[in-house]
Amino acid sequence: MTPTADVFVGPPIQWSSLSPMLILLGVAVVLLVAAALTPRWPRRTYALVAVGGALAAVVVAVCLWHGRGLSAWSGSADPTTGSSDPVRFLVGGAMRFDAFALWLTVIVGLAVALSVLVTDDYLEREGLSRLAPEIYALYLTAGLGAVVMGMANDLIVLFLGLEILSLSLYVLAASHRRRTQSQESALKYFILGGVASAVFLYGVALIYGASGSTNYTRALAAFVQNISPHRSEAMALAGVGLLLVGLGFKAAAVPFHMWAPDVYQGAPTPVTGFMASAAKAGAFAAMLRVLVVALPTWSADYRPIVWVMAVLTLVVGSVMAVAQTNVKRMLAFSSISHAGFLLVGVEAAIHDTTHAHPGDGVPSTMLYLLLYAVLVIGTFAVVTLVGRTGDGATDLAGFRGLARQRPVLAVAMTVLLVAQAGVPLTSGFVAKFGVITAAVGEHSYALAIIAMVAAVIAAYLYLRIMISMWVAEPDAADAGREPVGTPLLTSIVIAIAVAVTVVVGVAPGWLISLAQHVR
Amino acid sequence: MIAVAVTSTWYLVLAAVLFGIGLAGVMIRRNPLIMFMCIELMLNAVNLSFVTLANHLGDIGGQTTVLFVMVVAAAEVVVGLGIIVAILRRRPGATADDLSELKG
Repeated sequence: MTPTADVFVGPPIQWSSLSPMLILLGVAVVLLVAAALTPRWPRRTYALVAVGGALAAVVVAVCLWHGRGLSAWSGSADPTTGSSDPVRFLVGGAMRFDAFALWLTVIVGLAVALSVLVTDDYLEREGLSRLAPEIYALYLTAGLGAVVMGMANDLIVLFLGLEILSLSLYVLAASHRRRTQSQESALKYFILGGVASAVFLYGVALIYGASGSTNYTRALAAFVQNISPHRSEAMALAGVGLLLVGLGFKAAAVPFHMWAPDVYQGAPTPVTGFMASAAKAGAFAAMLRVLVVALPTWSADYRPIVWVMAVLTLVVGSVMAVAQTNVKRMLAFSSISHAGFLLVGVEAAIHDTTHAHPGDGVPSTMLYLLLYAVLVIGTFAVVTLVGRTGDGATDLAGFRGLARQRPVLAVAMTVLLVAQAGVPLTSGFVAKFGVITAAVGEHSYALAIIAMVAAVIAAYLYLRIMISMWVAEPDAADAGREPVGTPLLTSIVIAIAVAVTVVVGVAPGWLISLAQHVR
Repeated sequence: MIAVAVTSTWYLVLAAVLFGIGLAGVMIRRNPLIMFMCIELMLNAVNLSFVTLANHLGDIGGQTTVLFVMVVAAAEVVVGLGIIVAILRRRPGATADDLSELKG
C-alpha cells in the first residue's frame, strides 16, 4: 500500500474456508447471549446446542476435506513442503488452509462435543447447572483457539490462538466454585501460563527482529535467502529457543511440565480431559507448524533440543507416574508421557525437513493426537463418575471394588487403560506404532528404543488402576461411599470412546491412509 | 559532557532487562497480585522490543503487533484478576505458598 492511499483495502476473506471456526465462535456467542437475555432453557438444551455446534464444525471440516482439489483451490501450491496437496493462504497470508488444519478441526470439534456431554452430567451432579451455558461457551472458544493455533501462518495469529485457548482454560479450571482445589489449580495454571505466553511472545519478537516478519512464509524466505540486512543469527536462535519453551509449556513437555499434575488434579475432571485432548492437540499442531513450516532452516540447531525434550518427557512422565496415588495425577503424568511419544513424532517430522521425500512424522503425530483425544476423554469420563459428588474420590482407593459394583464401567475403563498403555488391537497401539515407525523411518533408533522402554514402564501405572478396580477388596472405609452413578450422556461418551478404541485398533488401515493426506 | 547516540540496541537491552526483572519477580515474589504484575511487565518488555525492532526494520508490522498484544494483556487482566479475587475472597491474604492443597 502506498502512503498516499486514503482508502484502506482489506485482504480478501474466504468465509467458506473459515466456516468451522465461525461456527464455533457463533455458537459460543449465541450461548452467552441466550444465557444473559433469555429465561433458563430446559435441562440439557444448552449442552445439545453446544454439541450441535461442535459437530457442525466437524461436519463442515469433513465436507471441506472432500472438497479439496476442486476449482475452489486456486491458491498457490505450498512452496515449502513441495507437497502435492494444495495449501491455500487465507486473510492476506495470515492463515493457511489445508488438510492439516481440517484434521485438527476434526480433533478439536470431537473433543469439544465429547467434553460438553460429560460436563453436562458433571454440572448436574455438582449442583452447578446454573453455569452451564457459560462453561459450554468457554469450551467452544477454547476449541476455536486450538484451531486457530493449527491454522495460523503468522506467529502473531498463533499467539492470539494460544491466548484464546489459554484464557478459556484458566476460567474452565476455576469453574468449580466450591472446590478450593479448582481455584488453586486455576491460579497456578494462570501464573505459569502467563509466563509461558510472555516467553513465547518474546520469541516471536526476536524472530521478527531476525527475519523482518512474523509471517511463516516471509520469515522462511528471509532465512532461506539470507538476504535480510538485519539478519542476526544469535537473535534468530534465541527466538527459536524461546518459542520452543512457550510451546513446550502448553504441550506439557519436560522440563516445562511442572504445572500439569497440579492443574490436572485440581481442575474439574471433565475439564482435565479437555485439557489433555484439545489443548494438547493445539499445542502440538502449532509446534509442528512453527518448526516444520516456518523455521526449517534452523532444524539442525533445534533438533537436538527436541530430541532431549522427547527423551526427558518420556522418562519423567512414565517414572513419576508410578509414584502417584491419585488417579488424576497418575493420568497427568501419563499424559506427559504421551506428550513424549508425540515429541518422538515431532522429531521425525523435523528430520523430514532435511530431505526431499516426505516422511511419516507429521501424519503419525496428527493421527496420535486424534486417537489420544478420544481415548483420554473417555478415561477422564470414567474418572469423573468415580470421583462422585464433590469430585474428590479420585485417589486409587476410590476405584476399589468398581468391578463388583459397576462391572460394565470397569470393563470400559480397562479397555481404555489398556489402550493408553499401547497394547495391540487398541487404538493406543496404532498411535504409538505410528510415531515409532516414523522415528525408525528417519533413523532415530535411539529415540524409538527409549520410547518403547518408556511405554513398558508406563504400563505399570495403568496396571495399578486396573488392580485397584478388579482385585483390591473394598474395606470398611469404602462402605460409606456413595455408589458410582452412570448418567446417560457420560455413558454415551464412554461407549463412543471404547468403540473408537476397539474399532480403530482392529481395523486401523483406513484411518492411517487418511492421515497420509495430512502434511 | 559526553554525547552518546541512543541506538536501537539500547532499547533492546532495556527490554531484555525489564523482561528479566519480570521473570525474576514471578519466581521470587509470593503475592499473587505482584506475580501477576510481573507477567504484565514481561509482556510490556516484549512490546518495547517489538516497537524498537519495527522502527529499526522500517516495518509497520511490529507496531501493529503491539496493539494485538495490548488487547491480549487486557483480556488476561480480566481473567487473572477474576481468579485472584475469587481466591482472596475465600482466603484473605493468601500467598502463593499458602495454596498448597495440590501436591504429590
